[in-house]
Amino acid sequence: MGKAILGEKLGMTQVFKEDRLIPVTVVKAGPCVVTQLKTRETDGYEAVQVGFGEIPGEKAARRESGAATRRRPAVNRPMEGHFARAGAPPQRFLAELQLDPREFSAGQRIKVDEMFAEGDHADVCAVSKGKGFAGVIKRHGFSGGPGSHGSRFHRAPGAVGQCATPSRVFKGKKLPGHMGTEKVTALNLLVVEVDPDRDLLLLRGSVPGPKGARVIVRQSVKTKAGKAKR
Amino acid sequence: MSIDIEAIERSQLKEDVPTFQPGDTVKVTVEIKEASGTGDKRTMRTRTQAFQGLVIRRQGAGARETFTVRKISFGVGVERTFPVHSPIIKDIAMVQEGDVRRAKLYYIRDKVGKAARVKKKKLTG
Repeated sequence: MGKAILGEKLGMTQVFKEDRLIPVTVVKAGPCVVTQLKTRETDGYEAVQVGFGEIPGEKAARRESGAATRRRPAVNRPMEGHFARAGAPPQRFLAELQLDPREFSAGQRIKVDEMFAEGDHADVCAVSKGKGFAGVIKRHGFSGGPGSHGSRFHRAPGAVGQCATPSRVFKGKKLPGHMGTEKVTALNLLVVEVDPDRDLLLLRGSVPGPKGARVIVRQSVKTKAGKAKR
Repeated sequence: MSIDIEAIERSQLKEDVPTFQPGDTVKVTVEIKEASGTGDKRTMRTRTQAFQGLVIRRQGAGARETFTVRKISFGVGVERTFPVHSPIIKDIAMVQEGDVRRAKLYYIRDKVGKAARVKKKKLTG
């Protein structure tokens, strides 16, 4: 099985590589901690559940009833038990990664450089930025009409169907509607640099989602190296 | 901006960039990588080339900062834009400091001959 890690999108910048300035997205990748192993025997499939973003002790701590503050603890009782069982500190995010559970043990920490090296190709899954209720030009790439010269057809969707037959609009017709906040995967991004000291991953090009978005970086599935490992 | 990104950008910067501004005439020494031969005989060699002309623009900040040099080559205007911190730039030598009143000297493009000059900076304040 492949390689993967959880992280947070920090933003974009440009770096010089082989004398050229190239655009990169900086991802704070890991350190992650293994919170559960999913095996074929117990779960019917194989995966590794990892956590990312440690919750500081005082935020996770449970208060005695009648304590001065009424603030809810960041970790509820079921999750507290889940983390305790793995021997892992409470984590902000959990995700299942398609890793081989035989290679990991609960509570184990995963660093970026164990997963990726410079020159690898990676895919990044994240939830894209919300665009709200978008028209057909933004949402489906329609061309739109002329801006002027007497034209009164600008950004409208145009005709949506035929006449008496079929006298209905076909299902799946591209129309305005909600756009964004969906899971998007950016494929085959080159790993430009790995910084294990600061847990950073520099990926060529853009990555879905806003700054601060939680992202899953995995070994790319469409390159030769990625296919061979599957 | 995150501290980590700032650190990355800082690490891209050169420390020995000389001061120059639009209006100055500079000589930029650029390293060029050339490939010669094919197959097994293919070898890479580097040589340097100078590009001398008037700085007509300087824009951007940090690693993204660029400047544009304009010169007249065989009667044709040639402009080349370089990233200030690019590793291929070996040297930026000042030829003449100019005295100009604006930051972007695009008007030079429409001037020919004597009109396309920039005043020399006087040393006195």
